[in-house]
Amino acid sequence: MIHHYLGPMDPWFQLTAALLLAWALMFYPMLAIWTNERYKKWPVQRYLFWYAGVIAAGSALVGPLADAAHTSFSAHMTGHLLLGMLAPLLLLHGKPLTLLMRGLPTKAARRLSRLMNSRFIAVVSHPVSTAVLNFGGLFILYRTDLFLWMHQSTWLYALVHIHVLLAGYVFTWSILYTDLTAHRHSFRLRVVVLIAALASHKVLAKSLYAMPPAGVTTGDGEMGALIMYYGGDAVDMAIIIFFCYSWYKATAPGRIARGV
Amino acid sequence: MEKAEQLNAEELNPKLKKRNFWSGLLFGIGLMAFIDEVIFHQLLQWHHFYDLATPQIGIFADGLLNSFAWFAAIGGLFMFADLRRWHAVRMRYWIASVLIGAGAFQLFDGIIDHKVLRTHQVRYGVELLPYDLSWNLFGAALLIAGLVLAKSSKEGRSA
Repeated sequence: MIHHYLGPMDPWFQLTAALLLAWALMFYPMLAIWTNERYKKWPVQRYLFWYAGVIAAGSALVGPLADAAHTSFSAHMTGHLLLGMLAPLLLLHGKPLTLLMRGLPTKAARRLSRLMNSRFIAVVSHPVSTAVLNFGGLFILYRTDLFLWMHQSTWLYALVHIHVLLAGYVFTWSILYTDLTAHRHSFRLRVVVLIAALASHKVLAKSLYAMPPAGVTTGDGEMGALIMYYGGDAVDMAIIIFFCYSWYKATAPGRIARGV
Repeated sequence: MEKAEQLNAEELNPKLKKRNFWSGLLFGIGLMAFIDEVIFHQLLQWHHFYDLATPQIGIFADGLLNSFAWFAAIGGLFMFADLRRWHAVRMRYWIASVLIGAGAFQLFDGIIDHKVLRTHQVRYGVELLPYDLSWNLFGAALLIAGLVLAKSSKEGRSA
């Protein structure tokens, strides 16, 4: 049990989250079907990836798992895996930026592409920056009192959850390049960053096993750490397979010049 | 036909010959780490997830090693698929490399992880020496078998 703090979840948080999720479910197919008139048909599997991603993120934000996460660290960690690892991987394969580029008027699309090509995005989307943003954020969340404060303020709670989703998304994107990517880096650099990042996830999981955050009981903390470690392994495996497959495609015979 | 293609591919890209070794080595490392996880952590539960006696450096090294091994298992197999696509697989040499990778990992785990960094022990509440000995001897045997097979696969080729 985590100490009592808010009582039941703040209804405004749940309502806002539910609305955002509903928008994501609604606007994506609208945009895809609308742009089908002018471009190639938007592939079915991308809808499926997007919907699965929204559901994964949604189940961490509203509903029974999100409620349980307020009193149980294991439930919190399950939600974290869904929100920070699985949902980003699924959403990315829905290629939302490609879809947005398809749907925007030319002038706005140009402006967006100029932004994507900017120096700022180059720095922020560098694999090292996204890894630090993602995993550094986790160390701050679990190894400082932020975890405790997060449960006392709805604003902080919302901010942390938005960060976990976005940082997870940008990190996965900066490693896999599934969606449009302006600044590309070598396979070698991304392998090194990926291995270091996954290692830091494992280190943090073991440190939580030994020393759970304030207010979490030993048994609950150990369970949560195991979920983080082995659940992380499962999603990591999918990321590594996608990554290796992109290498396999890029270095196909006849395409050597474009590989690595 | 196969042979002609094989020679061609290797002339085209000399990296492919070496890739047999690296593919096998990486896969061997990943395979051994996976076997270790399944048998000793999950099935027998001799190893501890974390025994609270491990120094910080051990936790870091262990995380890095396992993260690398996870990548190696999958990356090694993709490299093997790549070799097949080029008709450049040297099966005996590849298997030898797998054994070398597996043996080296086992030895590294037994000596560096268990003894130097003390991430965890083979088993708890027992006399450790016979466990440590058989752990490392098994690793050494795999490594030597791999080296012998690698040598014989080279001789077989030049003859």
